[in-house]
Amino acid sequence: MAIFVNEHTKVIVQGLTGGQGKFHGLRNRAYGTKVVAGVTPGKGGQDVEGIPVFDSVADAVKATGADASFVAVPPKAAPAAILEAAAAGVGFVVCITEGIPAQDEARVYATLKRDYPRTRLLGPNCPGIISPGRCNIGITAGEIAHEPTPGGKNVGIVSRSGTLTYQALFELKQQGIGVTTCVGIGGDPVPGTSFVDCLAEFQKDPETSAILMIGEIGGSAEEEAAEFIKANVTKPMSAYIAGVTAPAGKKMGHAGAIVSGGKGTAQGKMDALRAAGVKVGANPTEAGQLMAQIIASLG
Amino acid sequence: MDLFEYQGKQYFAKFGIPVSAGDVAHTVDEAIAIAERVGYPVVVKAQVQVGGRGKAGGIKLANDKAEVQTHATNILGMDIKGHVVKRVWVECASDIAEEYYASFTLDRAAKQHLLMLSAQGGVDIEEVAAKDPTAIVKLHVNPIVGIDAAVAKKAAADARIPAKAQDGVADILVKLYDCFVKGDCDLAEINPLILKPTGEVHALDAKVSLDGNALFRHPEWEAFRATEELDDRERLAREKDLQYIGLDGSVGIIANGAGLAMSTLDVVNQVGGKAANFLDIGGGANAELMTAALEVINFDTKVKSIFINIFGGITRGEEVAKGIVEAMRRVELRAPIVIRLDGTNADQGRAILAEAGIPSSKLMSKPTMLEAARAAVDIANGKVG
Ligand SMILES: Nc1ncnc2c1ncn2[C@@H]1O[C@H](COP(=O)(O)OP(=O)(O)OP(=O)(O)O)[C@@H](O)[C@H]1O
Ligand SMILES: [Mg+2]
Repeated sequence: MAIFVNEHTKVIVQGLTGGQGKFHGLRNRAYGTKVVAGVTPGKGGQDVEGIPVFDSVADAVKATGADASFVAVPPKAAPAAILEAAAAGVGFVVCITEGIPAQDEARVYATLKRDYPRTRLLGPNCPGIISPGRCNIGITAGEIAHEPTPGGKNVGIVSRSGTLTYQALFELKQQGIGVTTCVGIGGDPVPGTSFVDCLAEFQKDPETSAILMIGEIGGSAEEEAAEFIKANVTKPMSAYIAGVTAPAGKKMGHAGAIVSGGKGTAQGKMDALRAAGVKVGANPTEAGQLMAQIIASLG
Repeated sequence: MDLFEYQGKQYFAKFGIPVSAGDVAHTVDEAIAIAERVGYPVVVKAQVQVGGRGKAGGIKLANDKAEVQTHATNILGMDIKGHVVKRVWVECASDIAEEYYASFTLDRAAKQHLLMLSAQGGVDIEEVAAKDPTAIVKLHVNPIVGIDAAVAKKAAADARIPAKAQDGVADILVKLYDCFVKGDCDLAEINPLILKPTGEVHALDAKVSLDGNALFRHPEWEAFRATEELDDRERLAREKDLQYIGLDGSVGIIANGAGLAMSTLDVVNQVGGKAANFLDIGGGANAELMTAALEVINFDTKVKSIFINIFGGITRGEEVAKGIVEAMRRVELRAPIVIRLDGTNADQGRAILAEAGIPSSKLMSKPTMLEAARAAVDIANGKVG
């Protein structure tokens, strides 16, 4: 098992004929992911190295039975692309696009909730998701991920930052620990999928024995995760929070201070996670080592 | 991108929000000329991108030319919480009956817009929030529904804004929301929103923060970018399209990805060093980008060592290595580089660096982030060995 995506997931790439879409879509296919179609309006009927291209997501879904989409289109076009996938009934949409205006993200999120509650969006501005050995959607280099050990103790990873997601995969590989699924939720203000969504899935997944979480300063997603962990997560966890020494963001209005009430600092996040029973490392390597200790103690 | 008050007011005015007549001055003479034009009494206001200007003495009422002269002289050049005042905004003074607070932001936790409204606005709003949270009404606004006059008026009533001011406040709230959404703001805040003795409601301050991602649909923002407060290093980085924030330590940092760059700062700090900067070169660590990054770091005379921390995902190790070798050919560096290179094709990358024949006094490679951080900090702290 894995969460969200596995060996059966059929993926379409929106923007397959563009630079990013082609590069990553083909890499994902080379990894073994079932990349069944591409979508580029006006280019239906063409193909990209054998992958058929359709004019619309609806056409692509009808022809291939795809159940996931990889949105690799520029910021201006991404909001409409996400909603098009949802309207076509795609259940899992991964959007790697960086630079979408926050107002657009908020509208997309609200529209998905209201009109397409069965569609899950991962991202935007995320590295994607990999269930090692089974499915890789996004920009993660598959070779840095350790496949889960059948019958062994395997770890689920959830991370807010791109390169630190790779770093986390790498740390676990160094420790010889298998990964069920690694989800990069992205660092934008309105992520489609939150830490809590992923933690809930990992908690349910019988193949996942422990969870590694990588957070960073800003917002309150880690604090919300900590509350959820306290109440709902019984699997052992380690974590790392980036940004203890990050320059304080310029704060000019009062709204931030009134809303956050002290949340958002790396220290506050680490304290909240520790209070929820999570082992917190001072750097990514330490978080990986803590995870190795957890796995060893599980026997 | 944060705006100065005067820019925020210009932005508000586009959406029909009433603001005071005024103009911006860089010199005392300009300030006097504006005051003579708009008519006394005026208020001379320091333009810095930080709150609490009034409490810091950066906002003064002037009844005549002599007072404008005195206040503008004092305020121009004043240091407010580390921000030096380069301009003042001179505007008509208003008679104030009451001061309210109003803002729209995104509530990331709720994934909705958030209106905050209080009848107790003014310079003490944060204390009000801390002492009596119920004095601030918080109302979530669904981004695909928005806010209309009726909902806004109800919020005003809930905030115990007196009946006579509710329609005026509601009208401004609807316009402020319009500005927040169509104007692509991260924050649109009015504190104080005043009630005049004559019954009109009016914005006396403007705190606006714009969402940089929306720049593509706001060509008019270019004017705001021109006044952004950047130091020389940041200006150079901006020219070269790099994500750079200047700090005051001695270890120059280059990393790929914002998370890894933050993590690099943390690790440098953990081993007793201080970072000179935050610099994220993103995904493409080619020779052009590496050269640009090293030029920016090299510009900083405080830098004693340079820590390049790269984790190759899509970025391949050999490309990074070639980029560094090429960049070192182009830029004469003032400080040695310590590099940690991991991920895709890292072995090839390290081999390229080793074969380039660069002396270890100029470039050394370390296998882990921690070891590299220690080496870079040792050099920066003068403990070479
Ligand atoms: N044009 C004006 N006429 C009369 N009084 C004014 C005027 N502008 C400002 N003031 C007074 O000065 C106070 C502080 O001004 P303002 O809110 O613009 O700056 P500030 O101190 O930086 O605000 P904040 O504390 O919200 O950051 C206001 O609350 C108001 O009482
Ligand atoms: Mg104010």
